[in-house]
Amino acid sequence: MAHKHEIPSLDESFDFSPALRKKLIISAIIGVAMVALGAFLLNNHMSIGVWSSGHGAEHGAADAHANGEHHGATLFSRIIGNIWMNSVYFLGISVVGVFFLSYNYVAKAGWYTSFKRVPEALPSFIIVPAIIMLGLFLVPSSREVIFHWAHHGVMDPASENYDKIIAGKSWYLNFGFFLVRMVSYFAIWYYLWTQIRKYSLLEDENNDIYFYNKSRSYAKMFLIFFAVTSSTAAWDFSMSIDTHWFSTMFGWYHLASWHVAGLATIMLTILLLKDHGYLKSVNFSAIHDLGKLMFGFSIFWAYVWFSQYLLIFYANLPEETIYFRERLSGYDGRYFAPFIINIVLNFVFPFLILMARESKRNMIFLKLACGSILMGHWFDFYQMQMPGIAKDQGGIGIIEWGTTLTFASMFIYFVANQLSKANLVAKNHPFLEESLHHEI
Amino acid sequence: MSVVSPIREHLVTGGKTYHDVTEDICRHVEAKPTKEWKVAFAISVLVLLYGGSWVLWTWWEGLGVWGLNKTVGWAWDITNFVWWVGIGHAGTLISAILLLFRQKWRTSINRAAEAMTIFAVLCAASFILMHMGRPWLAYWALPFPNTFGSLWVNFNSPLVWDVFAISTYFSVSCLFWFIGLIPDLATIRDRATGVRKSIYGALSLGWTGGAKTWARYEDVSLILAGLSTPLVLSVHTIVSMDFATSVIPGWHTTIFPPYFVAGAIFSGFAMVQNLMLVTRVVYKLEDYITLEHISLMNKIITVTGSIVGVAYITEFFIAAYSGVEYEKYAFFNRAAGPLWWSYLAMMTCNVLSPQIFWFKSMRENIVVSFVIAVVVNIGMWFERFVIIVTSLHRDYLPSSWTYFTPRMGDIGDYLFSFGFFFTCFLLFSKFLPVINMAEVKSVLKSSSEKNSKQ
Repeated sequence: MAHKHEIPSLDESFDFSPALRKKLIISAIIGVAMVALGAFLLNNHMSIGVWSSGHGAEHGAADAHANGEHHGATLFSRIIGNIWMNSVYFLGISVVGVFFLSYNYVAKAGWYTSFKRVPEALPSFIIVPAIIMLGLFLVPSSREVIFHWAHHGVMDPASENYDKIIAGKSWYLNFGFFLVRMVSYFAIWYYLWTQIRKYSLLEDENNDIYFYNKSRSYAKMFLIFFAVTSSTAAWDFSMSIDTHWFSTMFGWYHLASWHVAGLATIMLTILLLKDHGYLKSVNFSAIHDLGKLMFGFSIFWAYVWFSQYLLIFYANLPEETIYFRERLSGYDGRYFAPFIINIVLNFVFPFLILMARESKRNMIFLKLACGSILMGHWFDFYQMQMPGIAKDQGGIGIIEWGTTLTFASMFIYFVANQLSKANLVAKNHPFLEESLHHEI
Repeated sequence: MSVVSPIREHLVTGGKTYHDVTEDICRHVEAKPTKEWKVAFAISVLVLLYGGSWVLWTWWEGLGVWGLNKTVGWAWDITNFVWWVGIGHAGTLISAILLLFRQKWRTSINRAAEAMTIFAVLCAASFILMHMGRPWLAYWALPFPNTFGSLWVNFNSPLVWDVFAISTYFSVSCLFWFIGLIPDLATIRDRATGVRKSIYGALSLGWTGGAKTWARYEDVSLILAGLSTPLVLSVHTIVSMDFATSVIPGWHTTIFPPYFVAGAIFSGFAMVQNLMLVTRVVYKLEDYITLEHISLMNKIITVTGSIVGVAYITEFFIAAYSGVEYEKYAFFNRAAGPLWWSYLAMMTCNVLSPQIFWFKSMRENIVVSFVIAVVVNIGMWFERFVIIVTSLHRDYLPSSWTYFTPRMGDIGDYLFSFGFFFTCFLLFSKFLPVINMAEVKSVLKSSSEKNSKQ
């Protein structure tokens, strides 16, 4: 307590240089080129990657038949699956920006204030996955590839594709209602973010508690809306891909995955900004606390993952276990490795590396943990969605790397652009002083 | 340097000094019991004796004194067990999780909440003993090498996991509570004379109050907090698995673990709210348990009640969505079957009633807070009753469908747990400091009205 510490200048603005912009645009284009190359190679029975499609296609087809699938998967399924999966993943990371801000506003937390501009910047990306997902949903050919329930004739008793169980879900899974839900998630999440952001920026100009209270009111609205829509969005975007299957835990499991990936993104952004000489006022106590949240929510994710798995394993009901059976040994076992990697990267590694106090104050350890969590949750969404979309055509190779590179480049572009629009420290936030002097 | 934002509410009002804190809390330990205390204690003991006689009768006569039948083989016994375990969770949440989150407001309420945890867990355990029929063989629940042949407990059963989880949880909670008491016991020791001095002296384990002892105290608190946090989650997770690992519609649902934990915290906070509101008035502790504390607890009640609400909706939705006829019927039967009234009680008490706390004036209204806390505890009892009885009474075989009606044995044994709980709590509040003096003093500088106005 005795030592005086210097508070660095609070006037910092992030310079999003034209060179960086150019790099990001080029890498996004390279990603697209990689997907094109991958598709070209696969069409000519070649591939670059860890697993390739095509091998064991006969077994895959047999599996697909046994599972009551109505259409075989193709290379197109794999590409569409990739775009959908990355959209959902990056959508989640973006929306967790508002979620993080909202619960901290509502809980009157002070510690995070010095870096609050970072989570505040993430949601600007929501519009990109929103547009892509709406596009994929509106185009019938991609919709049918992603969603079993959208297959032609699946709800029509006269059709040979008729599936009685899926037809029983038509009250929820139908084109109109699904579209309304999608649009309202995107629009309302984005709108509430713009309001929180607006009042936060106005606060920089005027030192008045009014703006804080305004942001806080919108944060409450967001939390109420997100409490329900985080689950419904999980059912819609991920669970309904495997239309027959259901699990009450799925909504919170999906949210846990989004949330911890969002925390890792916030952390990584802070660390990279610090590396470049920004965010000097974010001290190591704040970083330590954010590290604890990453640690805690990695365990929370593992907890919901394990609870869901254990209960389904234990009760051993075929309509539920099929989901894990497909992932553990279905389609020639091609989803087994992602299934295991998921647990290692999202629980085992972060748990061990973030356990000690000092590792939550060490930039390198934190970056390793962030990398592990971000890659890990990519695998999490991969194993949630690809078995249902790409089926026996799933793989991990240049197509996956390319799609992810494009999404990541676009994401960084949007976030960097948003960061450059305002002062990097929320200057007049009523809890800023607490955060600047935060000491644990 | 630690800074507290000027917009934060004060946690200690009335311009208290360190000495005032000691006086205000120790006074009740040192004085003769008041008339109100004696009356309350006498009533609790009477209830305990009456309920205790029912427990003895249950053991003598057998479980036939309960209203169970061939279809509903689990009813009030397990409902009460889960209810009490759930209530116990708030103590650990306040003392451990809020400590990890550095919530200073926990200091005024943690002591009583932890005591409540211990008594509530004991009440829960009493139902395990009751339904065993032969309680003197209770140790058979432990996996010990034995001479009965190669008999072991069934490690595949969540009921055995319960034994491990709850006994560990109980031990750590006792340890946490006692360690937290040591500095305060030493304070009382230093003010006492005669026999009281020796008793409190022995209990305070030679506490000196030196810098080293404080450093160790803080280390141990953090370690225990780190241990109890996963423990508190594990306990209700495993309690939920008593149901969720089965294949009974309405029980087998994957959301149960986190949903039970949220519900447990919910009912626990409601019980803490009730106890603190009474203690606050009886012991005149309005400057320590302020309207801000009450309001914060109400906020947690609203959040956890809403989480539980989301879980209710999820269960209903998935039952409808699943396409499984049994699941659909189980939930339809909950809401519209013969036990519809219990479902209605659960929904209104747990999900709707706490929403009143969105209004600041309601959050800070003592009468409303007390009433809603009672309502929440009633609702949480009904939640367990709904889950257990409505799922069982109409099982797979329509010819064995039946209804459940409690008998005096059910009621008497439930009364026993109330008598036991309040007897213990009253003894605690008389002989031990109900507020953690040392920890309140530690936030006095940053959060009291007097000091931050300087």
